[in-house]
Amino acid sequence: MVVAANKSAVGRASTPAKAATKSPARRSDKMAVPEFTKAEELDAYRRMLEIRRFEEKAGQLYGMGLIGGFCHLYIGQEAVVVGMQSALKEGDQVITGYRDHGHMLACGMDPKGVMAELTGRRGGYSKGKGGSMHMFSTEKGFFGGHGIVGAQVSLGTGLAFASHYRDNGGVCLTYFGDGAANQGQVYESFNMAELWKLPVVYIIENNKYAMGTAVNRASAQTDFSKRGSSFNIPGEQVDGMDVRAVRAAGERAVEFARGGKGPYILEMLTYRYRGHSMSDPAKYRSKEEVQKMRTEHDPIEQVRNRLLEKKWATEEELKAIDAELRDQMNAAADFASADPEPDPSELYTDILR
Amino acid sequence: MPTEVLMPALSPTMEKGNLAKWLKKEGDPVKSGDVIAEIETDKATMEVEAIDEGTLGRILVPEGTQDVAVNTPIAVILADGEDASAASAPNPKAAESAPPVAAAPVEPSPVAASAPATPAAVNSAVAAPPRPETVPEPDVPEGTEFVSQTMREALRDAMAEEMRRDGDVFVMGEEVAEYQGAYKITQGLLQEFGARRVIDTPITEHGFAGVGVGAAMAGLKPIVEFMTFNFAMQAIDQIINSAAKTLYMSGGQVHCSIVFRGPNGAAARVAAQHSQDYTSWYSHIPGLKVVAPYTAADAKGLLKSAIRDPNPIIFLENEILYGHSSPVPKLDDFTVPIGKAKIARAGKDVTLVAWSIGMNYALKAAEELAKLGIEAEVIDLRTIRPMDVETIVASVQKTGRCVTVEEGWHQSGVGSEIVAQLMEKAFDYLDAPVLRVTGKDVPMPYAANLEKLALPSVQDVVDAARAVTYR
Repeated sequence: MVVAANKSAVGRASTPAKAATKSPARRSDKMAVPEFTKAEELDAYRRMLEIRRFEEKAGQLYGMGLIGGFCHLYIGQEAVVVGMQSALKEGDQVITGYRDHGHMLACGMDPKGVMAELTGRRGGYSKGKGGSMHMFSTEKGFFGGHGIVGAQVSLGTGLAFASHYRDNGGVCLTYFGDGAANQGQVYESFNMAELWKLPVVYIIENNKYAMGTAVNRASAQTDFSKRGSSFNIPGEQVDGMDVRAVRAAGERAVEFARGGKGPYILEMLTYRYRGHSMSDPAKYRSKEEVQKMRTEHDPIEQVRNRLLEKKWATEEELKAIDAELRDQMNAAADFASADPEPDPSELYTDILR
Repeated sequence: MPTEVLMPALSPTMEKGNLAKWLKKEGDPVKSGDVIAEIETDKATMEVEAIDEGTLGRILVPEGTQDVAVNTPIAVILADGEDASAASAPNPKAAESAPPVAAAPVEPSPVAASAPATPAAVNSAVAAPPRPETVPEPDVPEGTEFVSQTMREALRDAMAEEMRRDGDVFVMGEEVAEYQGAYKITQGLLQEFGARRVIDTPITEHGFAGVGVGAAMAGLKPIVEFMTFNFAMQAIDQIINSAAKTLYMSGGQVHCSIVFRGPNGAAARVAAQHSQDYTSWYSHIPGLKVVAPYTAADAKGLLKSAIRDPNPIIFLENEILYGHSSPVPKLDDFTVPIGKAKIARAGKDVTLVAWSIGMNYALKAAEELAKLGIEAEVIDLRTIRPMDVETIVASVQKTGRCVTVEEGWHQSGVGSEIVAQLMEKAFDYLDAPVLRVTGKDVPMPYAANLEKLALPSVQDVVDAARAVTYR
């Protein structure tokens, strides 16, 4: 009855013994941070600032009552998605949880479409039916936008499964937070990803608080780069406030996954300046703590300072970039305010195909 | 005293098996634990061990005998000094009278015991299913040959045909590949399609359901087998929050063509945690389609349609029905449309609405009612969502009376929805309140008598039909 078959199941050959011998966790923050070229610094500056200006505008529109429900801002964490995205190729996939606006912009989605989704208008990426937490762009390889903490980890593993099944060389970046890292399905997914050598990079954005609960109050192991160690998944802790460190780690991880070696974990040490959502007064941390991160570790300021120090840009040139982005976000906000709400007939569309 | 060795029940739904091979001859000494014979069930070959010491006195059922009923004496073991003549002739009544598990003097070997994930005994209330009168499907051409197949074979053929047709279709789940399926529904698929497309998962329902949905979001067409739907409670978040809602939440951009399938509802004697009927749970959810076939032909045709459907489908099978045979049209590509009910038996006095194993009760009750001069029309709903309310209403417009039949609980059950639909759409045609025959409002008990009481019965359906026809 029992059939002798390839025990490693899914498709291509696996190398279980090899993974077991390597040290599962490394700290890339001890490694030298590779320098960016002028063009790379300018590009990173623009992309991170785009996210910040977008989020600031979204916060304003929320305050004006134009955005409803939950709205989770990404301010402070910009270096993570910008650094990671530069390690990707056409055809790769990205999936995340509900703090997702930054990921969408990093994937190249149009700020107008994202903002219009936040305001629940027909021009939004989900025609106004998804909102802040649920947007997708198959064209840009962005698969949401998921509101159940940790669910995207299994889904991202499934996206990687599809790339593996099709043998198309695709890699899936699966983002989740320090809070989601305690969900059971994360470890079910780790197990399958390593067992089947799926091309997935798990990026744990450790912003130190799961909603209002500090990491050390919720996690027995606070070094999240080690969370894959019992599955032999290598992991690194990365300075998630330094876009150069993020990109370097991202390139290592993506190369590893794309090479058929299986999943890789990157713990991004980062920080969100705003509350968990717009309605969070953030009483669980001190103003001084937030201020210290902003003044000493801000990801955008770091790039700006380097650009000025190296005389790769003048104050005026950087201001011009900022002004351009502010104009772009104002235009997005105008569009998102003026665009009509979905037609009532949309209530009954897109339920089944 | 000579000890009779009885044909053992080796799975919850086993009613008979084949005596494949005797490993001992008459006159051989046997010790407790010796393997004396091999038995083939519909799922596997199992070893029979002696539990007594002595001599194999007489073999009562020769090897190669097919369809030996559970509890039939198959051999006699003699104690020291006993003579073969002391062994009495086999008792032909044994099969019916003895409670199957307790009296069985043999046990499956440890290896065998771990084989089917299917605990034991046969639910006599549903043992011999009445065949619905064959109502030709609209797309089955006149003169089509029908072959008798078990639902198990029909489901396997449906998957194999669709996997041959479309390279994006694959099956994943616990024990689906090397073990050939816990209930042997995926038998032979690994051999034909290989480990890339027939994938054994770890025991992680939540995780692999999510992996399946993610793969579907990327455009593949997974068939996710749950060993039973009881275990899918671990995965229900991914089924509902991810699979069912993503099309809507993405404004139509991302769809999930995925089938979640496996046995649902009560098997037999497996108690509360392994006996739940989830039909009404899933039927509540916009964005899902819910299918629950009764016949082998419908199982095949609906599963093929489900695999091709671009939406998430909950495909609810029933373990008791897996081994039941019924005619399946011999066609290269036989599909049954999702969302269409079927009149399984025509009648004018009362409408009985059922699906899946509920059809067993409904069809038997219809036979009983016919003896009382009540002509029941039996509707096999087949798809629970979207529900073919039109067919129910049309029937009730004719009969004026309706009884729903399901093994699930009554509160917020599928029957409740049918009642509400009839109130709204056929109120003026009703000559009596619509009654629901359901499972009793209790967790499923283990004891055989209590389990029988907890499930609906044919008599319940007959009584309800008589009540609504005032006869």
